[in-house]
Amino acid sequence: MSKNYPSSDRAGETSHELNLLADVLVIGGSLAGSWAAYTARAAGADVVVVEKGYLGTAGVVAAASCGGRHILPDDHEQRHRTIYQQHDIACSLDDVAFIERVYDECYRVGKKLQALGFTPGGAGPNNLTSFPGPYSMNFLRNLLLRSGVRILDNSPALELLTNEGVVSGAAGVNRVTGVSWSVRAGAVILATGGNAFRSGAMGTNGSTGDGYLMAAEVGASFTGMEYSGHYGIAPINSSCTKGFWYSSATFFDARGQELPINGWAAVPTVAKAILETGAAFAQITKPNPLVVRGGTTAFHVYCKRVGLDPAKEKFQIELLYEGTVRAVGGLPVDDAGATDVPGLFAVGDVTDRTKLAGAAMSGAGPAIAWCLASGEWTGKSAAASATGRRRDALSGILEANGRVGLRPSHGNGQPLGHSEITKSVQDEILPLGKNCFRHESTLRHSLTRLDGLWASSRAGLRGGDARELLKAREAAALIASGRWIYEAALSRTETRGLHRRIDHRESDPSQLHRIRVGGFDQVWTDTAPIADTSMHKSAEHKQPAGAAS
Amino acid sequence: MIEIVLEDRCIRCAACVRACPTNVYEGEPGDLPVIARQDDCQTCFLCEAYCPVDALYVSPLNKPDRSLVRSELESHGLVGGFARDIGWARGHPPTAKSGI
Repeated sequence: MSKNYPSSDRAGETSHELNLLADVLVIGGSLAGSWAAYTARAAGADVVVVEKGYLGTAGVVAAASCGGRHILPDDHEQRHRTIYQQHDIACSLDDVAFIERVYDECYRVGKKLQALGFTPGGAGPNNLTSFPGPYSMNFLRNLLLRSGVRILDNSPALELLTNEGVVSGAAGVNRVTGVSWSVRAGAVILATGGNAFRSGAMGTNGSTGDGYLMAAEVGASFTGMEYSGHYGIAPINSSCTKGFWYSSATFFDARGQELPINGWAAVPTVAKAILETGAAFAQITKPNPLVVRGGTTAFHVYCKRVGLDPAKEKFQIELLYEGTVRAVGGLPVDDAGATDVPGLFAVGDVTDRTKLAGAAMSGAGPAIAWCLASGEWTGKSAAASATGRRRDALSGILEANGRVGLRPSHGNGQPLGHSEITKSVQDEILPLGKNCFRHESTLRHSLTRLDGLWASSRAGLRGGDARELLKAREAAALIASGRWIYEAALSRTETRGLHRRIDHRESDPSQLHRIRVGGFDQVWTDTAPIADTSMHKSAEHKQPAGAAS
Repeated sequence: MIEIVLEDRCIRCAACVRACPTNVYEGEPGDLPVIARQDDCQTCFLCEAYCPVDALYVSPLNKPDRSLVRSELESHGLVGGFARDIGWARGHPPTAKSGI
């Protein structure tokens, strides 16, 4: 363990080297976290944001460019089209009234951003919530600093702090200086993103499921985790999963046979071509002004730097796992952003987004809209909840909840190092044959391995210096996330959206329910009707005795 | 992956060290930044965007590339080109105050 990080699971007011007090603590400084922080600050709260990288470049938004889907006022046709744009692929899991609220809110936040000076390039309603990543996140950084939000860069949260089970802050390290820190706060907002398992998909290196791990350690569970068999299409050996070039391309298998489909919907077809013929290729065949002019920056830069003319030659492509980043699973929250753990809120990709996108992708338009809408609603409600909380609830000794990777149990087992663990988890989660197309036998086989990794890591995984401590926690989050995804996938014996079972190829109307998954040493699942809001409430009895908690 | 820091162009401002979201670089203002953890690079090109003097080159490949030749990259106008592709003028990146 870092020489500076407290080993005790009881955190005193001066246990860490830097100890701060705030109304609202936001963990994660990409789009959703930044907007939640701004909104909470605007509501009068004293706000701290901790980000494991640099607020401005961290997170998937900074490395991408896309617009937030929104509804224009007084345009009935546009309203209807926007609400129903993805309805046909949502597999009966979306909630139209909820979608309308999110996209209406996205419009209002867009207008608010404009009034604050946000000019992503060009005026006009279509550019209202365009988010060229580098510009947008730099704008938000400056906005937060001007507003008096305190930002701690390079400061990964390692664990949540609680007072008799109520989330009351978080603690972590500065990965550059090694300084340990704690922030006590009346409300904590998780904005840590999804988990792409370090697949190399653009901008996802920091998206390792850290928030899932910390939330589960204080009793949270997850829904929608099985709708996660999504991969991004990228030129081979690149990170370039972004860009709108897919819909302008024709895809081929290794034998040169043209594939019958393009765009995002081609992912399973491309996966099949790679599995069956060994490779897949693409060529831009339908000129798209965005592609030609370099409007899709990442793809444009890739082509220029490798000397590729994508319209004149075929180029090899591969599929990079995007996990729960572009999919929908995560922490269920209510419209105020509250999780089922008191004191804990969540925004953006770390949350369950099935109401918004069903069993399909939440990425791009819906995701940006959700980051802004959930940031707006949650920032306000967290500020209200925090300022109503008595300061003495934040004083004295708090429980420090970090376990695996932070406070090993010293039981039996020889843990691997964090890089070996990451590789071992990736061996089960990244392969197309295991995760794009799922089967009971491969899921069970992978779960056996992941359960073994968990047991040995629980016993002895630990970091050395601050950077190693972070990597150990990330490795623990990768194992835990993988187990939750595969246990949920095992329980859904049908194919629906981004959950494809080759042993159950059809959708089963009798399985139109939500699957909740949670737990550590014994992962559990249960089901509830999709309209059942009681799903949102905690069910402690599901936690098996003796769990690492 | 980040491959090249051009020593003669670098003004030792540490903007890349600060801006990298995955903590790849080492160095204080006044030092030539060192690519200390290339394996952690996610090829997001954002250090290039934040460099005010076009002193960095990020290869578009996600594995180390030993074949790069500086003169070829420069003659093709590729060094620092990402900043211009996203509309950030060389030498005029948006300014952002430091966090605490």
